[in-house]
Amino acid sequence: MLNFRGGIHPPENKWFTEEKPIVDAKLPKKVVIPLSQHTGTPCKAIVTIGQDVKKGQRIGEPNGYVSSPVHSSISGKVISIGNFPHPSGKDSPSVVIEGDDRDEWSEGIKERPDYLSLGNDELRKIVMEAGIVGLGGAAFPTHIKLSPPKEKKIETVILNGAECEPYLTSDHRIMVERPNDVFEGLKIIMKILDVTKGYIGIEDNKPDAIETMKEIASSEPGIEVVALKVKYPQGAEKQLIKAILDGEVPSGGLPMDVGVVVQNVGTAVAVYDACRYGKPLIERIITVTGRGVNEPKNLRVRIGTPFSDLLAECGGFRNDPGKVIAGGPMMGIAQTTTEIPVIKGTSGIVVLTRKETEQVEYCPCFRCGRCIDACPMGLQPSILSILIERGRYQEAKENNLFDCFECGSCAYVCPAKRPMVQFMKLGKLFLSPKKG
Amino acid sequence: METKAEKREKQLLVSIGPHIGSEESIPRIMWAVSISLLPAFIISVYYFGLRAIAVVGVSVLSCVIFETITQKMLKKKVTISDGSAFLTGLLLGLNLPSSIPLYQPVIGSLVGIVITKHLFGGLGYNIFNPALIGRTFMLITWPRPMTTWYKPVAGITTMDAITTATPLGILKEDGIGKLIETFGDKMNLYINLFLGNRAGSLGETSVIVLLIGAAFLFYRGYITWHIPFSFVGTVMALTWIFGGKGGLFAGDPILHLLSGGLILGAFFMATDYVTAPAIRKAQIVFGIGVGALTVLIRLKGGYPEGVMFGILLMNCFSPLLDRAFKAIPFGTIKRK
Repeated sequence: MLNFRGGIHPPENKWFTEEKPIVDAKLPKKVVIPLSQHTGTPCKAIVTIGQDVKKGQRIGEPNGYVSSPVHSSISGKVISIGNFPHPSGKDSPSVVIEGDDRDEWSEGIKERPDYLSLGNDELRKIVMEAGIVGLGGAAFPTHIKLSPPKEKKIETVILNGAECEPYLTSDHRIMVERPNDVFEGLKIIMKILDVTKGYIGIEDNKPDAIETMKEIASSEPGIEVVALKVKYPQGAEKQLIKAILDGEVPSGGLPMDVGVVVQNVGTAVAVYDACRYGKPLIERIITVTGRGVNEPKNLRVRIGTPFSDLLAECGGFRNDPGKVIAGGPMMGIAQTTTEIPVIKGTSGIVVLTRKETEQVEYCPCFRCGRCIDACPMGLQPSILSILIERGRYQEAKENNLFDCFECGSCAYVCPAKRPMVQFMKLGKLFLSPKKG
Repeated sequence: METKAEKREKQLLVSIGPHIGSEESIPRIMWAVSISLLPAFIISVYYFGLRAIAVVGVSVLSCVIFETITQKMLKKKVTISDGSAFLTGLLLGLNLPSSIPLYQPVIGSLVGIVITKHLFGGLGYNIFNPALIGRTFMLITWPRPMTTWYKPVAGITTMDAITTATPLGILKEDGIGKLIETFGDKMNLYINLFLGNRAGSLGETSVIVLLIGAAFLFYRGYITWHIPFSFVGTVMALTWIFGGKGGLFAGDPILHLLSGGLILGAFFMATDYVTAPAIRKAQIVFGIGVGALTVLIRLKGGYPEGVMFGILLMNCFSPLLDRAFKAIPFGTIKRK
């Protein structure tokens, strides 16, 4: 079984929703669409308060190269532009639209049955204008990944269907329900990058997805579906490349340094929808789940829908909710309120009960070494945490602190319950030039 | 009016991920290791009588009390419920002869818990294994009581005063011939050593029950093969090569495996997280080092047994070994 070094195996908890087909969430009465839903500079609003907007209409203009436009996800009227709560934890400039229930598409949306005959630059432009970003969670603008610098020759595209975060099943359902569109999306990505070899990596706990996808792959030369060992963080780019191609992205480098571009399976579908149907990214699949929700579901959700609407649609809270997490329980962000919009990078809403989120005091490191075995980046989190605890940031840097991508495997296994990810973040913060 | 506490209950908890964690915790591990030593303790009562309960009881109690006092004096949180002081006391007690005067383990516990553990910063910061430093102090201070051994008497209450040397003591002073003679024949010797029917420290004698405890620790993933196997393997290899009278490769590795404190030391003490290296490769070197030092002392030193000094000497090197075998970060090896 394809694998990488380190990693952990937390309880999967996918049974809540893995068998549940994706259903359309109710059309929201109101959406809050942040102008920053991607890694990079936020958009500039191009609508004004009181203006009528249609579904799919661009409301935020990209600002610079590493940026991505945003679109209205419903038809209605702009009622406010200002700072609103954002899943990242900070208030962020957003456009608030009140729906008119007509759900009308903007005029600019046009289907392209002949999309395969378009040139690569044209396809790339469609992806950019559709506001597509990585839907796995990091939300890096996809058009940039599809425009590697000339000196980096891309040879392989990997579609990430690992979905290694516990609880989440949206990618799983996409692969089971829209397998052909995943392949079409992958083929567009491969065409844009002029690549002939594509892989779809799926963790072995999704046998139905693997089977469905393998069947289609049998008639797709150049595309291979591979089963991956069930292990967190199998879906991290570097670990995925290591497992599938045995390639090691150099420290501080990007997948393109080893000739690979990794995209999420959901992103591939979004690329297909944009190229074939002209649809900008205004909706996504999310899993609403956990022991704190009455009826866990996989939902197709308009961007900007408040968490509270979706939680209500899933029967509301149960069991004394303790934490509402945007994303998975390993790398997701705990929210202070449910008045938070779904953004492009929101892969799920996980509600943990108060009992599941009991806080315990942490102890000094007693050097058991579990974190060293668990670290997928081959670091020594124990040492890093001690160095950072004592303010020895420079030494932490020399011990490759910046290779840490905060997957939380070390914190998960730590018997002393040390807040490892906080230590890493703190160290990086003190070392970043802004802090001074 | 809502009270503050009620209000807080209604709020959502916010913290940085991961939002889930494994069930492992320091208390869970420490108590599990203590439980894994339970068979050894029970068999020590079987072989050495109620005196075993007294010795182990005094050690455990003193360790726990000294930890409480020290932490109170240092104005730290008292952490006796984490089981680590209990475990230190248990290990110390199981490493003592049955006839030890009962005030002595109290002093041993003082040295182990107060000096070795807390004056170095408490759990996680101590360089040396507290139980072993406590025992070393006792061995140097009271050499006689610490090396007076009684023959095991299968029976709970009796305490027949028949002193004898340990098998390693006999081996050192009188040679293997005498040892075999004492136990009848070679097979009988092995069987008695394996079952624990021989003189020695309370918890070290019965290889079979120690291995049952060790199997539990392996099953729970609390210890890995790296330290115990490299340690035991080195002892067996070196005693086989150098342990015989008639030249090389004439030693008896099985005898060395089954006697002394090797099994207790290798599976329960050399594996102490705090004082052993954390990096797997470093652990193998550590194990080999402990093994080599043990054999050096057993064959050439003044003491019949070398496990304790072997572990303590290698404890010094743990940080260095961890540094020498530093994990290699992902993506830093240049490939062709």
